[in-house]
Amino acid sequence: MIDERRLISVLQKGLPLITHPYAAIASEINSTEDEVINYIQLMQEKGDIKRFGLVVRHRKLGYKSNAMVVWDIPEKSVDALGQCFGQFDFVTLSYRRPRNLPDWPYNLFCMIHGQDRDDVKKNLSLMIKSCQVEGVNHELLFSTRCFKQRGAIYIHCHEDENKSERVEL
Amino acid sequence: MALDQIYDHEEIKKMQLIQKLLNEFQHDFPVTSTPYVDIAERLDVDESTILELLQELDKKSILSRVGPVFRPNRIGVSTLAAMAVPEHKLEKIAGIISAYPAVNHNYEREHHFNLWFVVTAENKKILDRTLEDMEAKTDIRIMSLPMEKDYHIDLGFPLKLIDGGCSHD
Repeated sequence: MIDERRLISVLQKGLPLITHPYAAIASEINSTEDEVINYIQLMQEKGDIKRFGLVVRHRKLGYKSNAMVVWDIPEKSVDALGQCFGQFDFVTLSYRRPRNLPDWPYNLFCMIHGQDRDDVKKNLSLMIKSCQVEGVNHELLFSTRCFKQRGAIYIHCHEDENKSERVEL
Repeated sequence: MALDQIYDHEEIKKMQLIQKLLNEFQHDFPVTSTPYVDIAERLDVDESTILELLQELDKKSILSRVGPVFRPNRIGVSTLAAMAVPEHKLEKIAGIISAYPAVNHNYEREHHFNLWFVVTAENKKILDRTLEDMEAKTDIRIMSLPMEKDYHIDLGFPLKLIDGGCSHD
């Protein structure tokens, strides 16, 4: 039996750039290449792995600006609008989260990206128009500095990169 | 201006290859014995070309890693946390937060709540304990907004390095 915890922990560090990366991972966790490959496929089928592939730092690729748009949406419309917002290429996340009244009236969160601030604002206008949410209370929170960015690590076996990145705006 | 007036033929070919690599393999990376060989075949180059390109992207910090993006709350739990930090304390507090291995993204955003970070843990109990620990260490209250519903998560970006006017340095 494969040790799921150890496999996930090793996978989170990323595949080595060698001819047989899964075999290398297998030897690290006392398993076999076949077992590792089968288990990854199983996690993909179950939906535990949302995607598998190259994970890029988008800031380095011309998507210099990102903003979180938060919306105050009535309960009955939140599912439909969450899906409507999620269909745009430049929207990478669309989540419902709890309000935290009185400080925080917003319950729908989207991350939107663009090459600069104007591009992000243009994208927001497109969302508002396409999903017909003119007049809905929302805020646009631009990010100014990234103190840390890396994939989510749920199982902690190793200290990982911890870079602070100054963002040019 | 035509690209071939700015870059020589080899550079254009390399950029096109990088674009294909990044566009096609942020998703659907081969989970096979020799994934880089398979990618090379698909892109009609040899394995060493692919490995060298990935090493280069890694060195330039464009590539974060090759591997899985887990579905939130499947493998562990996580929450989006926000703090309203007095401006003069922001760097120090951000440093304290980033130092936790449980934190992946940590951004400054333009808002009264100006520090936003994602905290992950193996289970709810550990997550709550981490948040309490952070509040005790920073003496600042945390607003915790765990995801309730996921309408869209896809951090695989469509890239237009060549035709879309993105930077590619």
